Amino acid sequence: MGMLGRTAKGVFWMARYLERAENMARLLDAGHRMALTRDAVISQNEWRSVVETVGQTAAYKQSHGTYTGIQVWNFLLREKGNAQSVLAMIESARTSARSVRTALTREVWEAINESWMTLSAMLAKPVREVSLGEVLATIRRQATLVRGAVEGSMLRNENFNFFRIGTFIERGDNTARILDVKYYVLLPSLAWVGSSLDNVQWDSVLRSVSGERAYRWLNAGAMDPRGIAQFMILDRRFPRSLAFSMDKVRSNLAGLAHQYGQETSAHEQVRASGSQLHGLSIDGIFDDGLHEFLTQFIACNRQVAQAIERDYRFYA
Amino acid sequence: MSKKPTCYDEMYGPDGAVRPGYAGYCEWYGQQDVNVLRRKGKEAEGFFRTTGITFNVYGDDAGEERLIPFDMVPRIITAAEWRKLSRGIEQRVRALNAFLHDIYHRQEIVRAGRVPERLIARNAAFLPQMVGLKPPGGVYTHIVGIDLVRTGPDDFMVLEDNARTPSGVSYMLENRETMMAMFPELFSRLSVCPVQDYPRRLASSLAACAPSCAGERPVVAVLTPGIYNSAYFEHAFLADQMGAELVEGSDLRVVDGRVAMRTTQGYQPIDVLYRRVDDEYLDPLTFNPTSMLGVPGIMDVYRAGGITIANAPGTGIADDKAIYSFMPEIVEFYTGEKPLLQNVPTWRCSEKDSLDYVLDHLAELVVKEVHGSGGYGMLIGPTSSKKEIETFAAKLRAKPYNYIAQPTLALSTVPIMTKAGLAPRHVDLRPFVLVSPKGIEITPGGLTRVALKQGSLVVNSSQGGGTKDSWVLED
Repeated sequence: MGMLGRTAKGVFWMARYLERAENMARLLDAGHRMALTRDAVISQNEWRSVVETVGQTAAYKQSHGTYTGIQVWNFLLREKGNAQSVLAMIESARTSARSVRTALTREVWEAINESWMTLSAMLAKPVREVSLGEVLATIRRQATLVRGAVEGSMLRNENFNFFRIGTFIERGDNTARILDVKYYVLLPSLAWVGSSLDNVQWDSVLRSVSGERAYRWLNAGAMDPRGIAQFMILDRRFPRSLAFSMDKVRSNLAGLAHQYGQETSAHEQVRASGSQLHGLSIDGIFDDGLHEFLTQFIACNRQVAQAIERDYRFYA
Repeated sequence: MSKKPTCYDEMYGPDGAVRPGYAGYCEWYGQQDVNVLRRKGKEAEGFFRTTGITFNVYGDDAGEERLIPFDMVPRIITAAEWRKLSRGIEQRVRALNAFLHDIYHRQEIVRAGRVPERLIARNAAFLPQMVGLKPPGGVYTHIVGIDLVRTGPDDFMVLEDNARTPSGVSYMLENRETMMAMFPELFSRLSVCPVQDYPRRLASSLAACAPSCAGERPVVAVLTPGIYNSAYFEHAFLADQMGAELVEGSDLRVVDGRVAMRTTQGYQPIDVLYRRVDDEYLDPLTFNPTSMLGVPGIMDVYRAGGITIANAPGTGIADDKAIYSFMPEIVEFYTGEKPLLQNVPTWRCSEKDSLDYVLDHLAELVVKEVHGSGGYGMLIGPTSSKKEIETFAAKLRAKPYNYIAQPTLALSTVPIMTKAGLAPRHVDLRPFVLVSPKGIEITPGGLTRVALKQGSLVVNSSQGGGTKDSWVLED
């Protein structure tokens, strides 16, 4: 017998909200660091691209005319008018967790509940620059605690698989969006592809996926856009790459098929997109257009998510 | 103790001597540093917040979650006291089930003239849809909470029967967990009857009531109105502890004559539904047509014997306070014995003589709505202003049949921890009872509710009451 469809939905979305909140903290961290090293104009552009990456440009423009750091991070962290703020996502994650309380271990529930208590207290008032670093670190740490509780206490069954699938669907999507926006900001025309680039800007891209140290270690410190793209898209060792995320979605879907004794349309879809990714080289991706590739990846990822919601009866 | 209690204190006798049940506790307490105890009390609050043991308050800020205040001083009942109590509780619960079966079948008690017919037929909690229906296993009230108050050494009285959906059992369990975490040494010094197997007993009691179509391991699910319900934590907690599914109305539908839940693998039939949704919302096809919380068609399945609903629909009539006033007759009629547990003397305002008496004595009585619960809509004469009493008298005259009155009881007190040390506060007790064809099981102790305000008699959590861990000592 399977778990309740509504419960699967709750676990899946709880994982997505948490992952999204955590990635938002990384993105803001990278944006802040970038803005500190630039002049005012470039800094505005940097903050604009952060808002664009998370798809909140329209909502942001409704209440703000300029892109100063303090406006942007408060908007993305806690502003009431922003239904996608970190605070709203942590609340959504906790609401999801509460509604599927019986599918979670006590450790997981308490980790989520504590995250919510800690972050809602921290984000109750506007965040000043002096405390931004601590707030962002806390968001990442709380998400890590929840993930650790899941790893350490949950039975490896459908609940766990739905949590992992939610995590990696979201992570793949977020990494792809970061790349896509940065690609545009950094390379206004295709003629620039492969030309010499500002190391600081690429460093900021890596930082937004917490990949700067791993990349430097693998490449002895050399910054090269193609290498960075290869790393973030195709490197199966890097836990925030598209290939890694796709692999994890596939293996956790396989876990579901194993438990339930049958595959669904989601399995076919993820196999198709996975094998497509496997056959690609970074040169091929650049030749065909990085933006086109990323757009397609985001769409495929979304289709897999939709197939999962349908196949596993998330909704009545 | 600085101030002598004016009523029965369960810890101290009138001469200030510690009563036998509390001897072990008081000895331990005398060795403690009060400041350390208070700090532990604060820690307990943090523990409740983290574990999410909260309830939602209706009418306040939407969705606000509150803690029910927890007091660290246990309420202690001796083995002898408990033996006597549990015999009375068992008798009463047996009578309640027999009564419910009777009023939905031959109504012998009405024919015998022991309970007036209008109290049944015209009672909003009486469900005509249940007439002639035989619930699986013959059980109506699978889970019962009997609210008891104490006024003297041997005087326990029933204040209320909760045969519909008694709540609070999760607090009983979590209070015990908290006490064991805070004061492990107390439990190694004193022998306290365990309560922790309640969820397992509940699961097996419910499974024993499964319909005949159920398999070897009946599928049990808890039906909740959802996360915004005031008792959602308890619903999730019990489902979790029983290893049962926690379902909402939107998860369920009738498939091939069974009530089934939507799983990732399709619809799966449920055998026993422990529902925490009121009768009215259970089936939009039978009851409130606008309900989104229930399952369309579940009553048809129920009538056909395809599912057990716990508690059975229509059991709320036994909670009715006008019916309550007949409980001594009801117990005697079905058990052939004198009731072991006394009722609180009750005036039925529907009777003219009683109404006149009540109106003349409002300042000293407690007046309650017959269908009321949660401490709402009641008058406590001695603590009300003249104006409040006058307003209430007008309501009473307009709808006398809607009210009963009782003397203001000198509820017993048990000390709580305050800033100034131990101080007595009024308490009641709700033991939890499980009924199945296998028999009646009573968890030793129950939930002690305590009025935290000095002198207050209102113990309801919705009105500023708190809870205590309740110990029954082993012999």
